[in-house]
Amino acid sequence: MLTLKNKKIDLELVGFALIGLLIIVVLPLTVDIFRLNLIGKYLTYAFVAVGLVLCWGYTGILSLGQGVFFGLGGYCMAMFLKLEASSVANTKIQSTPGIPDFMDWNQLTELPFFWVPFKSLPFALLAVVAVPAIAAFILSYAMFKRRVGGVYFAIITQAVAAVLTILIIGRQGYTGGINGITDLRTMLGWDIRTDGAKYILYFVCCVLLLSTMFLARFVLGSKLGRLLVAIRDKEDRVRFSGYSVGDFKIFIFCLASAIAALGGAMFTLQVGFMSPSFVGIVPSIEMVIFCAVGGRHSLVGAVIGTLVVNWAKTSFSESFPELWLFAMGGLFIAVVLAFPRGLAGLFTDQILPWIGRFDRSRGGVLPKPAPAE
Amino acid sequence: MSNSTDFLLALENVTVSFDGFKAVNSLNLYIDKGELRVIIGPNGAGKTTVLDLICGRTRVSEGSIKFKDQEITGLKEHEIVRRGIGRKFQNPSIYEDLTVFENLELSIPRGRNVAGALFWQRSEEVTARVHEIAKMIFLSDLLARRAETLSHGQKQWLEIGMLLIQDPELLMLDEPVAGMSVSERVKTAELLNEIIKHRSVIVIEHDMKFVESIAHRVTVLHQGKILAEGNMDTIQHDPKVKEVYLGH
Repeated sequence: MLTLKNKKIDLELVGFALIGLLIIVVLPLTVDIFRLNLIGKYLTYAFVAVGLVLCWGYTGILSLGQGVFFGLGGYCMAMFLKLEASSVANTKIQSTPGIPDFMDWNQLTELPFFWVPFKSLPFALLAVVAVPAIAAFILSYAMFKRRVGGVYFAIITQAVAAVLTILIIGRQGYTGGINGITDLRTMLGWDIRTDGAKYILYFVCCVLLLSTMFLARFVLGSKLGRLLVAIRDKEDRVRFSGYSVGDFKIFIFCLASAIAALGGAMFTLQVGFMSPSFVGIVPSIEMVIFCAVGGRHSLVGAVIGTLVVNWAKTSFSESFPELWLFAMGGLFIAVVLAFPRGLAGLFTDQILPWIGRFDRSRGGVLPKPAPAE
Repeated sequence: MSNSTDFLLALENVTVSFDGFKAVNSLNLYIDKGELRVIIGPNGAGKTTVLDLICGRTRVSEGSIKFKDQEITGLKEHEIVRRGIGRKFQNPSIYEDLTVFENLELSIPRGRNVAGALFWQRSEEVTARVHEIAKMIFLSDLLARRAETLSHGQKQWLEIGMLLIQDPELLMLDEPVAGMSVSERVKTAELLNEIIKHRSVIVIEHDMKFVESIAHRVTVLHQGKILAEGNMDTIQHDPKVKEVYLGH
């Protein structure tokens, strides 16, 4: 098994390399900037899927509210960009020049205190990770120290997603409301709307994604990674081996959320806005589906799954917009019934033995699925 | 009521009630250093509840539990484990998706916080310790196997091994031979006789033959109270015990 495990690590590295090749070399050479920008957007969801592999696939913590952290990261980035776009010169027709347009429309005459620090890029970049991580810490500390888990945790994360959406929409003057924060232009004077900027942002996104994949791989390959599997299998046994289980769950949930937030920030930069439609229940569940389709036990699978589902969504929506939701539902049912370990599971179970290069009698290459949640 | 004792573990006046039902009722139980104590009793006598109380899974309603003269009621489960109490569950409780080696490695009592686990190194010392324990529990040849594929008896041994590697001063085993074949039972009895040389052990067991093969002192629980206590011979001839438990 140890030798097999070495092979598994190799296999994962091969997967990383193929993804890197695909997104950094093949796609930029073959598709136009409009499509590439679209793929860049999909890749930002892949961050969330990587986080879900950590907390759902390995630890068994199903979060149906990852959109919250994706959104918080995205909003932190958008707040900085919006303030830069709302210079006095740009907004002199407003009754209060120098504040974002939606604040002016909502009769605000002064920048709210929590917006002020976002004038600084270093602060905003720090906040992109710190704000969602702190939110995740508060939520998970409250839940896991009280031993709330499983379905109850999933429901609460979903409620948080609903609450945050309602809050953003309801406090229009502070958040931009249902429209979100739009009309983002420059970052420190660098116009992010040009094709050149889109290329650069795309590559930054690719590099960040691959870095987080390596980070996740390091975590999962450590003893902590094996503990996460142990917690998924037999939480009580871990507790009675002298570990404070809650600490580990809190750590991995915060890490998954911080990774999702990075995706959110890259989304804002590449797509040029952030709105509550990426925060709520529906996008959060979609992100879980991306991860499930790809395979929640596999970092490579989760990224591929995200790309495949989003590509299908775009092609489908272009031709049959009204059918997409049915297709998505059907896909999810198919995953649960036919290939619960996703595309990655299909690969290791069906294709690998067929190639005949791996001796399956020595055990599966990937961890077996957790009991149905 | 003793305040300072030589006992490793002392339960005094321990009561626990679930919605008014007293699962354990004013129980006094003292375990010496190096003692092997077997707790028997009919179903619902409160045997497993007693272990749950000691290891912090269930909170006592009244009374005190002292380990090495220190109060442990109110501590969290993992804190009690770190004081030196290990517990085996009734059903084999192992990590099925990990290998035997990894199961044992995770049970080594070091690197138990987040940072320690993240930067854990599988040193030679760790490997040697895992091999040492694996030999004791008859699993030396199966270290690379996924725990899921072990037989029921092997899973029970593995869990005992996961406790041994923690080197607890007090080991609590809940029905360690349940579901084992005859030959596995014999081996388990050998294993327990080996383990007890270095520590105190509390065993809950139904199988009287097995109890005879290991027991030093036996406590009979009935309806949350101690019915009788003594060596196996006395217990077997106690009329009260015969009536509630052994007499059929």
